[in-house]
Amino acid sequence: MQDVLSLAAQNLLSPIVLFFVLGVGAALARSDLTIPEAVAKGISLYLLFAIGFKGGVAVSNNGIDLTLGMSLAAGLILSFVLPFIAFALLRWISQLSRTDAAAVAGHYGSISIVTFVAATSVLQSSGIAAEGYMVAVAAAMEAPAIFSALLLVSSGGKGRLDGALIREILLNGSIVLLVGSFFIGWITGADGMAKIEALIVSPFQGVLCLFLLDMGLVAGRGLKQGRAVLRPGPLAFGVLMPVIGSCLGLAFALIIGLSLGGAVLLMVLAASASYIAVPAAMRVALPEANPSVYLTLSLGVTFPFNLTLGIPLYLAMASAVHGG
Amino acid sequence: MEKHDAKRVAIIIEAIMESRLRQALEGAGVTGFSVLPVLGGSGRSGNWSRDDTISRGGGMVQVICIIRPEKLDRMLEAAFEVVDRHIGVVTISDCQVLRADRF
Repeated sequence: MQDVLSLAAQNLLSPIVLFFVLGVGAALARSDLTIPEAVAKGISLYLLFAIGFKGGVAVSNNGIDLTLGMSLAAGLILSFVLPFIAFALLRWISQLSRTDAAAVAGHYGSISIVTFVAATSVLQSSGIAAEGYMVAVAAAMEAPAIFSALLLVSSGGKGRLDGALIREILLNGSIVLLVGSFFIGWITGADGMAKIEALIVSPFQGVLCLFLLDMGLVAGRGLKQGRAVLRPGPLAFGVLMPVIGSCLGLAFALIIGLSLGGAVLLMVLAASASYIAVPAAMRVALPEANPSVYLTLSLGVTFPFNLTLGIPLYLAMASAVHGG
Repeated sequence: MEKHDAKRVAIIIEAIMESRLRQALEGAGVTGFSVLPVLGGSGRSGNWSRDDTISRGGGMVQVICIIRPEKLDRMLEAAFEVVDRHIGVVTISDCQVLRADRF
């Protein structure tokens, strides 16, 4: 217990969390602090490029084994199944309509790459190694949840999934850059890393802080505007669902035989909720769903929870049950 | 200088729907239009600002097209197919153009 509290305190006082808190505070205090849209987009591209490349290099250094395929399969299954659990939980503890509940559920099957990056950072600072291919698992978990959400509402005649939307989901810029960088890192390995590490290793934490500041600003403003959504039921869901997801992630990690770091990352992926890919898909396929509900929950409740308390909690849970 | 009557259609729609609207307009024989970013606004869903959106699904754009009056109905039908279920505003106003052959 002492270790968990110490880890949580350490995490809460890390620069990335404190910059996120600064962003939330500035937004709630109505400061005019903003990160220009183009800068935020550039930072996002940098983070995807760096995390993808580093993951690829790690695979190149350590090689691949059967657990890569099993991890990808676990990620796909988790992403597809989690929305059904989220939907049932939401319908039980909240008054949300079927459409809103399905849209929210879709977000909780998909992932938050920033939470993943933050967890990677915590693992690194704790000296815990993780499988490099977890980046590929993250990419694989982006899309299946969207199909689950549309399945959940299809009986009501809602939810349109056409070829253009499928292409947009599978080839959205974030996935292309993440997977592309992963393969380039895998192909070029340590030599490739030596050539660009000045760009993607040393500045990474600082750039991540700046991105978390922007996330804090967006989350804070979203919280202000989405206060009406934050009734006890949905609020409880926003904290309960990531813990449920992380438990499932841990179960899969133990079955597959992932390392402690890999287990934590799979837990984080299963616990996190999307706020980029899924909202865009929901606006196209399910425009009847209220965006302030799913954005406030995923970005305003679950993201801060995971960033501050969730990651140390998942690390403590994995450490307690993981053999090595 | 000779002036010609035309219709100016302005459609504010979610940015994520822009490509679909473009396709619909082109399919309806609209030969030109402009797309402008919308910085923010207020509506039935409350206030919003471009700075507060983190995903492509959040922002909005305005698509403006100037067309001949006889093309208006076909164009609106095509646009409405896209806009129907989504947040957005469609306005139509009269205007005049100098070079009618371009519209």
